[in-house]
Amino acid sequence: MMKSYLIALTMLLFSSLSLALVDGHEYPFDNQRDKDRFAQLAEELRCPKCQNQNLADSNAPIAKDLRNKVYEQIQAGQSDEEIVQYLVDRYGDFVRYKPAFKSYTLVLWLSPVVLFVIAIIVFVRLGRKKEKAAPLTEEELKKLAALKQQASDK
Amino acid sequence: MNRLVLFVPVLIFLALGILFFAGIGRENKEVLPSPLINKPFPNFILTQVEEGSKQLTQQDLIGKPMLVNVWATWCPTCKAEHEFLNTLAADGIRIVGINYKDDDAAAMQWLQDYGNPYEFNISDPDGMLGLELGVYGAPETFLVDGEGIIRAKHVGDLNPRVWEKYQPQFALMRAAASRPEESISDKGSE
Amino acid sequence: MAAEYGQIALLIALAFAAVQSVLPLYGAQTGRVWLMQYARPMALGHALFLTLSFIALVYCFVTDDFSVAYVANNSNSLLPTQFKVSAVWGAHEGSLLLWVLMLGLWGAAVALFSRSLPMDMVARVISILGMVGVGFILFTLLTSNPFERLLPSSPTDGTDLNPLLQDFGLIVHPPTLYMGYVGFSVAFAFALAALLGGRLDAAWARWSRPWTTTAWVFLTIGIALGSWWAYYELGWGGWWFWDPVENASLMPWLVGTALMHSLAVTEKRGLFKSWTVLLAIFTFSLSLLGAFLVRSGVLTSVHSFASDPERGLFILALLGITVGGSLTVYAFKAPTVSAMSSFRLLSREGFLLANNLLLILIAFVVFFGTLYPLVHEVLDLPKLSVGAPFFNTFFIPLSSMLVAIVGVGAMSRWKMMPGKLLLGQLGGALVLAILAAIAFPLLYNGEMNWSVALAVLIAVWLVATTCRDVWNKCRGDLTRIPSLGKSYLGMIIAHIGVAVSAVGIAVVSHFSIEKAIKMSPGESAQLGEYHFYFKESGLKQGPNYTAHVGLFEVSKDGEVVDTMLAEKRKYTVKGSMMTEAAIDAGLFRDLYISLGEQLADGAWAVRLQVKAYVRWIWLGAILMSVGGLLAILDKRYRQRRKEKQEARA
Repeated sequence: MMKSYLIALTMLLFSSLSLALVDGHEYPFDNQRDKDRFAQLAEELRCPKCQNQNLADSNAPIAKDLRNKVYEQIQAGQSDEEIVQYLVDRYGDFVRYKPAFKSYTLVLWLSPVVLFVIAIIVFVRLGRKKEKAAPLTEEELKKLAALKQQASDK
Repeated sequence: MNRLVLFVPVLIFLALGILFFAGIGRENKEVLPSPLINKPFPNFILTQVEEGSKQLTQQDLIGKPMLVNVWATWCPTCKAEHEFLNTLAADGIRIVGINYKDDDAAAMQWLQDYGNPYEFNISDPDGMLGLELGVYGAPETFLVDGEGIIRAKHVGDLNPRVWEKYQPQFALMRAAASRPEESISDKGSE
Repeated sequence: MAAEYGQIALLIALAFAAVQSVLPLYGAQTGRVWLMQYARPMALGHALFLTLSFIALVYCFVTDDFSVAYVANNSNSLLPTQFKVSAVWGAHEGSLLLWVLMLGLWGAAVALFSRSLPMDMVARVISILGMVGVGFILFTLLTSNPFERLLPSSPTDGTDLNPLLQDFGLIVHPPTLYMGYVGFSVAFAFALAALLGGRLDAAWARWSRPWTTTAWVFLTIGIALGSWWAYYELGWGGWWFWDPVENASLMPWLVGTALMHSLAVTEKRGLFKSWTVLLAIFTFSLSLLGAFLVRSGVLTSVHSFASDPERGLFILALLGITVGGSLTVYAFKAPTVSAMSSFRLLSREGFLLANNLLLILIAFVVFFGTLYPLVHEVLDLPKLSVGAPFFNTFFIPLSSMLVAIVGVGAMSRWKMMPGKLLLGQLGGALVLAILAAIAFPLLYNGEMNWSVALAVLIAVWLVATTCRDVWNKCRGDLTRIPSLGKSYLGMIIAHIGVAVSAVGIAVVSHFSIEKAIKMSPGESAQLGEYHFYFKESGLKQGPNYTAHVGLFEVSKDGEVVDTMLAEKRKYTVKGSMMTEAAIDAGLFRDLYISLGEQLADGAWAVRLQVKAYVRWIWLGAILMSVGGLLAILDKRYRQRRKEKQEARA
């Protein structure tokens, strides 16, 4: 009991702080990068059974199984894309919270960018258009000159 | 500003309305479609529930079209569909079971108590075969053809109403399988 | 009998609403004063009978009348009384009645507080509100009647309220949220009334503003309450999930914020008239869209009510008539002639235009991301999910840009703001912001974090520029602050709230620490500066649940900070399990402990978290609401009444 407590404490002292879920008891990593990768993947992958939860937050058994699989694959040296693809091959695109850049999702990813550009154009044009609006005509200029003359005469 | 531009919002809304209308009518919104359709049954090496020393692989499935049914003793819906599975088996339909995250002994007892429609059962205590199949909740049933290709997947219990949907497809698979000369010549040197 | 009285009251309310929809509007269009005079009494009658109907439903719950189906499905004799009352809006039928009640109450408010407005305007506004009311009361009566009885055999007890809902959060979150959603119907009605009356002047904008801001304040509080509730109730410390139903509340809030700011431009400068009207229509449309998404079963969510295609179709029809109808009126009657006034891009108008564009863009991202999976399903494309990674990718840069222009925009002059003047004023603020941005992460963690630095940069920039503006307006004399006017001070406070929330969001996302480990009583764990000691575990009996509890002692630098009790409850009636996290709240950090699974030998899977600055998120929202409230109370909005009184005298 005491020994495992000391080992755990030592591990904790030597492990640096990380942000998201790492079950210190079940998913030990020997480097920070893998730890972070695991945390990020667990947040970006969706639990297939739950109403709307990622693998990190879900208590469902299938979520646990998938977390184990992700852990296994990281330890086996697979890249992030390979791990995601592995799960997508079995459960479909549904398990990705970050939609893939496929032909049909391009409109999803690009539309905000396109609209942003349009917004800038609208913004600039509105300002420029208004500046040119209503310059004084010849007659109006004459009237203005006459009024000014009147004012300075007084 | 052009009067026509002002009609854009209404038109966009109209499109949305159509989208929503189509969305309401959908069935089975919760079910995940399987990416394994028309793909071969995944490879595996597991033991048999009935005979713990016997090894099974995907080769043992090939031969006759079948239903592969994922079930467990802890799953109440599996119990609900079991009666129907028994009737299907009695009609001559080949059913192979995957005993998912369960205990062999408990499974054997359960089958003794409630009837055994399965030709044999694959023992998957860790759920690893289930993961390969994209299983996320028992019961799930796969329609697999004579060559070991997955042709359909049903999530949830099998009952007469559901079976109506799959029965024609399954009948076609059986018909195709029972004409071995044709399938051999397909693979042959033509 | 209460249920029957409730149903009768609902029918009477429908009658009032029907008359309310038709007569005043007809009177306004044809200039008949006696018809227009029906507006106020009809609106008041409508509200009165809805109130009676609602009270009847509450009565059924409080007296445990399980012969009413809705009560049987959502309550239980063991349920504590305060939850019996809140259970009234715990599911679809009752929450719909709440929605409808609020619609009626807002209508009555307009009837009572708009004496200084021209009669035809008021008549039209109230009629339009009446029409919406008719639609929703019909929806309730025909598809979602909470008063239906389970006869002849009624159950002896109910199936209990969902344990997740047996909480203070349910008492406050839905009512506030609905006040906001429904409140935007007033701005919507004003916009339509202005279109129908052919009068889209600055006056319309001035009349709309207090109603819009009030609705906005409620929605802000409602959303913040929802976030806070999810945080402590769901057990894993999250505060926003980009869940479809959450998004459904965020969209009207974003567009409502744009509306509030756009109304200012229309009121002060007569610009953006057509655009502001469109925004008013959009905001309420998004409220209705939210109602549709939650109740039709079109999207899967942790929040959605049980779905039913029949209901879905009815709401879709309501949506179609209301939104489709108003957008059609807009298309035909909105002005195409743009205003003569001009402005430079570097001006208050320019900044407010940028504000609007950014908010609309963010709303679009949320909208598209939420509905995209539906598009795929309907088009038979692969079923996919759109979650936090997508939303955050766009939300963070866009909202950062927005935060960056808040302070500068607020201090800019109308029509034209000299660039040199701006730079001269703000050089100091910029330096301060950059220093703070670099210092904060370094001091907090010893290493740089660019995300947090960015957030601190724009937040300090916002606060510094805002303070500079206050300083300028006071001409250096801080005692002058109260005289600056509630409207201005409200804006200042609300804007500071934005900065506070921004910092909270960035810090909690990047500087929080957590650990999920197996712990047995007697064991400890260290998390950052805090030492968590699992003192003991035991059992506890609640009014309608039994719980496993874990007692934790938390200390820092050897001194005990708090004793915290985490629970894992099992509710007696439904048998469902619930995690009650133990939270030690603090301004700069929350300590968060939740029990997971029970493991062998009395050990537990425990999740420990130190959530940095999480309260700042909701504090910022409170500041925003306080600011909005202050702005509404400004004398400006009451002057019309005084003027009228003086005119009469």
